[in-house]
Amino acid sequence: MSLDVLWRYLPSLVFGFGVTIFCWSVGGALGMALGFAIALGRRLRLPPLRWALRAYIEVFRGTPFLMQLFLLYAAGPSIGLKLSATAAGVLGLGLYSSAYFAEIFRAGFGGVPVGQIEAARSVGMSKFDTLIRVELPAALIAAVPSIVNMLIVLSKETVVLSIITVPELMYQMQTMAAETFTAFDAIFAMAVFYWILVEAVSRVGSKVEARVTAYLVSQGARA
Amino acid sequence: MKPEVILRSFGYLTDAAGVTIAVSFAGIFIGFAIGALICAARLSRRRWLKRLGGAYVSVFRGVPLLVQLLFIYYFLAEFGLDVPAIVAAVGGLALSSAAYQAEILRGALNAVPRGQEEAAVALGFTGLQIWRRVLLPQALRISVPPLINEFILLLKASSLVSVVGIAELTRVSMNIASMTYRPLEAYVGGGLFYLAINLTLAGFGALAERRLAAGDTR
Repeated sequence: MSLDVLWRYLPSLVFGFGVTIFCWSVGGALGMALGFAIALGRRLRLPPLRWALRAYIEVFRGTPFLMQLFLLYAAGPSIGLKLSATAAGVLGLGLYSSAYFAEIFRAGFGGVPVGQIEAARSVGMSKFDTLIRVELPAALIAAVPSIVNMLIVLSKETVVLSIITVPELMYQMQTMAAETFTAFDAIFAMAVFYWILVEAVSRVGSKVEARVTAYLVSQGARA
Repeated sequence: MKPEVILRSFGYLTDAAGVTIAVSFAGIFIGFAIGALICAARLSRRRWLKRLGGAYVSVFRGVPLLVQLLFIYYFLAEFGLDVPAIVAAVGGLALSSAAYQAEILRGALNAVPRGQEEAAVALGFTGLQIWRRVLLPQALRISVPPLINEFILLLKASSLVSVVGIAELTRVSMNIASMTYRPLEAYVGGGLFYLAINLTLAGFGALAERRLAAGDTR
């Protein structure tokens, strides 16, 4: 290991880390928003819309993320979609994860007991009120563990962005490796770094889950 | 969009799809063998084995596959061992998949009700018989749908082995894109192949799930 090399390249690595976090958070937020919209859209009684959304989910879950990135970044210009590498990366993360988030939210809605919805309707709540006040809170809380899990998966997918030259951490590290002939050290450092990142996120995630579960239990005890 | 570009490179794409499927199959099978060992280690009574298994799963699930692949590719080169790219590719997929498969198997074993093991002990089954006749048949049945799911994930992840130079579906799509200057057609073509393979696999998964569920109610 050559620590002085790592030290010399520290500024570019820190910058790369910033780009990684940026892509991850914006891509994840975009994916969640899109996924939520898709999950809501699939509840409407519009068969063509349902089929289209189903096809969307199958396509984005059925093809590799790398392929989707190439399509966005390399093939985008031929249909008039010129994106910078970072924009393509963020959009790609958003589109890719939206398919998974849509399924997570759908499962969340599916887990709400029918009795609660019927009760809300028979008490005289409108459909909209039932959705906002009864279904949504329960569905979102039920979805928390899966959302955390997906965010962890997504944090690892950001590495793939380096292949389309998004200047994130992996890309910076590879540049360093190429310039200083320290491929092994760089990749070793990389492995350790991502492992710590993922461990940290999953620790925080299980804390959040524990709190949500505790909240649910306390609610259940009160009811 | 010129669909004839896809049609003309159809032969290349089918060959490449074959490579993708072969690499993924090799990865899932070797991964299953390693995964079974890791699972056994995690369920063992010896604490150091348990820790070791846990550490393996944590590391291989926590480090992105791309980093793992490059690490394997460069790690052995560091010791003057020139591994062929295909070995690094299959090895990387297998090692990473093993961590996920170990967790699937562990989950499946835990899902077999405790009472069954106790009942088997009470009936005088030996340890090996309990495994062979009670635990394994049920655990394997439970683990089939998640294992097919893992296979789909691995097949998609195999697109990453293009970076070590394996001529699989993603790599060949890239080559077609750069040869024909038609990236849209090349990547749509490659994507359709992935989609066809994965939808077929998902179909098998749904079928397996239905058949296994039918066996459950008997």
